[in-house]
Amino acid sequence: MSPKTLYDKIWDAHVAHEADDGTCLLYIDRHLVHEVTSPQAFEGLRMTNRTVRAPDKTIAVPDHNVPTTLDRANAATMTEDSRIQVEALDKNAKDFGIHYYPVSDVRQGIVHIVGPEQGWTLPGMTVVCGDSHTATHGAFGALAHGIGTSEVEHVLATQTLIQRKGKNMKVEITGKLRPGVTAKDITLSVIGVTGTAGGTGYVIEYCGEAIRDLSMEGRMTVCNMAIEGGARAGLIAPDEKTFEYCMGRPHAPKGAQWEAALAWWKTLYSDDDAHWDKVVTLKGEDIAPVVTWGTSPEDVLPITANVPSASDFTGGKVDAAQRSLDYMGLTPGTPLSDVEIDTVFIGSCTNGRIEDLRAAAAILKGKKVKDGIRAMIVPGSGLVRAQAEEEGLADIFKEAGFEWRLAGCSMCLAMNPDQLSPGERCAATSNRNFEGRQGRGGRTHLMSPAMAAAAAITGKLTDVREMM
Amino acid sequence: MEKFEKLSGIAAPMPMINIDTDMIIPKQFLKTIKRSGLGVNLFDEMRYDDDGNEIPDFVLNKPQYRETQILIAGDNFGCGSSREHAPWAIKDFGIRCVIAPSFADIFYNNCFKNGILPIALPQEQVDILMKEAEKGANARVEVDLEAQTVSTSDGEVFAFEVDAFKKHCLLEGLDDIGLTMEKAASIDAFETKAEQTRPWV
Ligand code: SF4
Repeated sequence: MSPKTLYDKIWDAHVAHEADDGTCLLYIDRHLVHEVTSPQAFEGLRMTNRTVRAPDKTIAVPDHNVPTTLDRANAATMTEDSRIQVEALDKNAKDFGIHYYPVSDVRQGIVHIVGPEQGWTLPGMTVVCGDSHTATHGAFGALAHGIGTSEVEHVLATQTLIQRKGKNMKVEITGKLRPGVTAKDITLSVIGVTGTAGGTGYVIEYCGEAIRDLSMEGRMTVCNMAIEGGARAGLIAPDEKTFEYCMGRPHAPKGAQWEAALAWWKTLYSDDDAHWDKVVTLKGEDIAPVVTWGTSPEDVLPITANVPSASDFTGGKVDAAQRSLDYMGLTPGTPLSDVEIDTVFIGSCTNGRIEDLRAAAAILKGKKVKDGIRAMIVPGSGLVRAQAEEEGLADIFKEAGFEWRLAGCSMCLAMNPDQLSPGERCAATSNRNFEGRQGRGGRTHLMSPAMAAAAAITGKLTDVREMM
Repeated sequence: MEKFEKLSGIAAPMPMINIDTDMIIPKQFLKTIKRSGLGVNLFDEMRYDDDGNEIPDFVLNKPQYRETQILIAGDNFGCGSSREHAPWAIKDFGIRCVIAPSFADIFYNNCFKNGILPIALPQEQVDILMKEAEKGANARVEVDLEAQTVSTSDGEVFAFEVDAFKKHCLLEGLDDIGLTMEKAASIDAFETKAEQTRPWV
């Protein structure tokens, strides 16, 4: 048999039909659904008298525009149109008989955090969701794609996706990371090197010692941002850490089925002599704690660097960099560590898991948020929140002066009331720094949870290593 | 789905790279449960000021571009979120074709599901079309999907690539789901086999 990559293996195991021209129907094992990109898809099913083909493989949770304030059970905390979307999901989940975690359920949270937490996401699966950060699930060695609403409807109706196979790209991070450097710094640094279009048309497999050393949560952070690098999916081969994470989760297999699953999962790796269409290698020790300075996730620099000027770039990037600098209100040559912030947001599907909160708490313990800084922590799920309370992290956050919220997407995309005002500058652990992403005119700097915590204390972008 | 065969229309120049889906349709407009009506909010934050007044400098606000049917843009168009609201807004405005050196993957796919033709052309050719588009209503760009060509009013013709299946669906206005359902036997067979080999799924 010819050597295969991990992507090749998962792909081959899911082709339900292949047309002469190479167009395939890829069978989908898990379909995750949220309130923003699904109403039109369910409406489409109703209009055509179609049903959900595999309701047992379909899981829904509202997350994008639910409020995260403690009083959210009060319907008045939601705008009319948000409420209509959430109610539509309530109704669609019931009418079509799919698994559902309503806002009132402690297991509710960001769809990409809930899936792994509940054991829905398992190695070797195909996972889709009407959300680009579905790439997160690739951390389990699952082929996970973001899809549009028409495709959501297509998967609901047929449990397949019309696909052509992408190309294979290997991103290897060799050696060890230095202290203070995290999964977020890896994934941002990779985008800094490849650019936001570098992965277009590829499925990325992340490998190398620094990736193997990461926990499952760190791996999810890395794969989460594969999409910011242009790749539709990111993958990490499953290993003992993966199996240990999955074991005992509510929807993971048990007993003999577990053994059978494990036997197959252990075959899920790229063969030594597999063919790669593109290879990118970074040395773990070369990666520094980074922040973004501009309005594209590729605008990444070590925290020790200065704000660049447009003339540092070439081609279309010259104008884009100038536009970014204007929008961000930054002067070239300013040390990034002198840039003052107004707000800190710790949360999102990139960095809203328990280890992220632990990392932030380690920096915040016994410290105070600088006067005048608005700081909030939004756990990725109700269960993450409960665990953080049990571990005493919530007390650390509250004593430091952080708002301690309920689970949801919150200020990652600011569809709920958590938004930046024009000109407000935010240290954020989310994944997109686009113009207006966190609120019209809002200025976003992306970084790791530890870096965001450090910024909350000093009121500036800060090198977390100085606080360790 | 609306068919796409030929189009001759006004092309608007947007010479920016990395035009993301948050720019195309900001999140506050994602709260709809319908597919229609998003055209007025296309490029909302570039198109209107804080009071909701049109910003006259923005290309689609200029008199000669109000009837734009073709958008000419920079590299990596449509990057960012998977929101299909982006192509819905583009279509609702009346734009049926976007030409750029490259597209983000999910956006590219979403276009075909909505009767929009995204065309990737080499940078030099996009540069020529960008110049052409700057002439405004005096220059109509012609797109022929069957022949896979884009032509300028000066008679320059550029050929483009498009996946044969996607082309077929767009030309005929076919519904993907209906087509896939014709292959239900294959899906049934796959499921039966998977129940044996991967029963835990
Ligand atoms: S947390 Fe942000 S990126 Fe993640 S699913 Fe929610 S909105 Fe999308």
